[in-house]
Amino acid sequence: MPSFSPRYLLAVPALAGSLALLASHPTTPTVAPDPDNAGLKLPAGFGALKVAETGGKARHLAVTPQGIIYVKLNRVKDGKGILKLQPQANGKATVAGGFGDYGGTGMYEKNGYLYASSDHAVYRYKLDAKGDVVDPAKPELLVRGLKVGSQHESKSIVLDNADNLYVNVGAYANACQEQDRTRGSKGIPNCPILDSAGGIWQFKASQANQTYKTGTRYATGLRNVVGLDWNPQDNQLFVMQHGRDQLHDNWPALYTDQQSAQLPAECMYAVKQGDNAGWPYLYYDPQQKKKMLGPEYGGDGKKEATGNYIDPAAAYPAHMAPNGLLFYTGTMFPAKYRNGAFIAFHGSWNRAPEPQAGYYVVFQPFKDGKPSGQWEVFADNFSGSAAKTASGRADHRPCGLAQGPDGSLYVSDDSKGTIYRIVYNAKK
Amino acid sequence: MTSKHLVLALGLASGVFSLQAQQRLAPKAKAKPTDKADPALQAAMTRGAVVYKNVCITCHQADGGGVPNMNPPLIKTTYVLGDKARLAHIVLAGLAEPIEIDGDEYKQHMPAQAYLTDQQVADVLTYVRNSFGNKASAVQVAEVKAVRATLPK
Repeated sequence: MPSFSPRYLLAVPALAGSLALLASHPTTPTVAPDPDNAGLKLPAGFGALKVAETGGKARHLAVTPQGIIYVKLNRVKDGKGILKLQPQANGKATVAGGFGDYGGTGMYEKNGYLYASSDHAVYRYKLDAKGDVVDPAKPELLVRGLKVGSQHESKSIVLDNADNLYVNVGAYANACQEQDRTRGSKGIPNCPILDSAGGIWQFKASQANQTYKTGTRYATGLRNVVGLDWNPQDNQLFVMQHGRDQLHDNWPALYTDQQSAQLPAECMYAVKQGDNAGWPYLYYDPQQKKKMLGPEYGGDGKKEATGNYIDPAAAYPAHMAPNGLLFYTGTMFPAKYRNGAFIAFHGSWNRAPEPQAGYYVVFQPFKDGKPSGQWEVFADNFSGSAAKTASGRADHRPCGLAQGPDGSLYVSDDSKGTIYRIVYNAKK
Repeated sequence: MTSKHLVLALGLASGVFSLQAQQRLAPKAKAKPTDKADPALQAAMTRGAVVYKNVCITCHQADGGGVPNMNPPLIKTTYVLGDKARLAHIVLAGLAEPIEIDGDEYKQHMPAQAYLTDQQVADVLTYVRNSFGNKASAVQVAEVKAVRATLPK
């Protein structure tokens, strides 16, 4: 530990001064990136810093208007399932305690409340004027009794602008087979999972003790959504689906290893009430640009699905596991990013023996509330190297996304628990 | 009797299920049956590698390291290096409970692979028990056959 020096005392007023500057000019680029940009590869003009090392499985995160960062941990660590990170003058943050004795994924802040989810329930906490949780030990239980199986357990959450809460309930299966993930096992007709999972449920954001009975199945036929966000431009819910796995493993006569690694697309859907995206009956083939009948339901890789199912709004390479979606509304980044979407791809496992892919944050341009133009890799090298991406043994795995009050982009990593902050420092 | 009960019963009978499952075994200083000169073992390893690539590799990965939070690693765990009957039972009947290895939980169910022949199961388990840094005795066809005989028809 370095010895105490009077120089640090001198530094305090200087830091306080720069803080005041930050507060009065929230877009002033004063946050210094790490010399190595936190190990990330970014477009020119951008920089990144490691805000904090939480050491937990950091799933989604939220940043309050005061700059306090709340991080939801997948598993409770030292008795805490939510960590509070207090911002420091240098743009980093220190872990300043935590609360919530449950693991989970969802973390969202809106209108003075912090919303959090376990794998069964959704809670909220009142925030005070400083962005602190008023009563960390007593959250309001908003929704309880959500279905959870041994896969796709996350209950991701987002709010619209009309006091509604949207909750993903992932399907506890790959493709609703009689025997899950078993070679040759047929799909169950009228998949019974869909009554309580495989979709997005809508609840009231400010009403206690809601259940399936008082909520609405807002959209169905979505296998598992981890990243979702409300698009403020066309006032609509957008979700990222984790597409089905194991076309080759379970149907080796119909799909090769290579096809299985490239099928199906990971899809973005623009969702309206009553929409059905078609899981488990279909998957989306990004080469043919068609909705294909799943092999569990009589498909063979050539037959198209029939029925009233929505098309994806955009499609991305297979199995990359989109875990975070954020519409960027800040002014720190150049104009092209405004109202576009950032997507955190957690990285694949279901491409073996082909090389794995993902482990990066993508930017999808939008125009008038719709995807417009080709997506691009925005922040890369979370894995640490091309070899670590290919093997799937990534150092870090991007999961959650949040926008800071100054327009910084925050990214959580649920492998080592690193919290990243991406800033734009060049002249626009 | 459900397959879950069978797995439990097997685990209890061998007396290692819950305790040793908590941590990986330290590698043994001497491993006897993996003599490079053993042509029967080498042949089983070659055949087992093919089964592994066709059946196991997606979930357990090319390096046997599994997938965090989902599919358990096959590297120096008691599941792999311990009781062979229990291991063969997992392949034939699947495993429908979360397991914990080195403090990490793995939740995804293992589907039953009963369509594999006794020879294929013996080969792939011999391969797994002697790959990824593992060294353990080969699994014989008769051992797989005995486990299959206990499965519900």
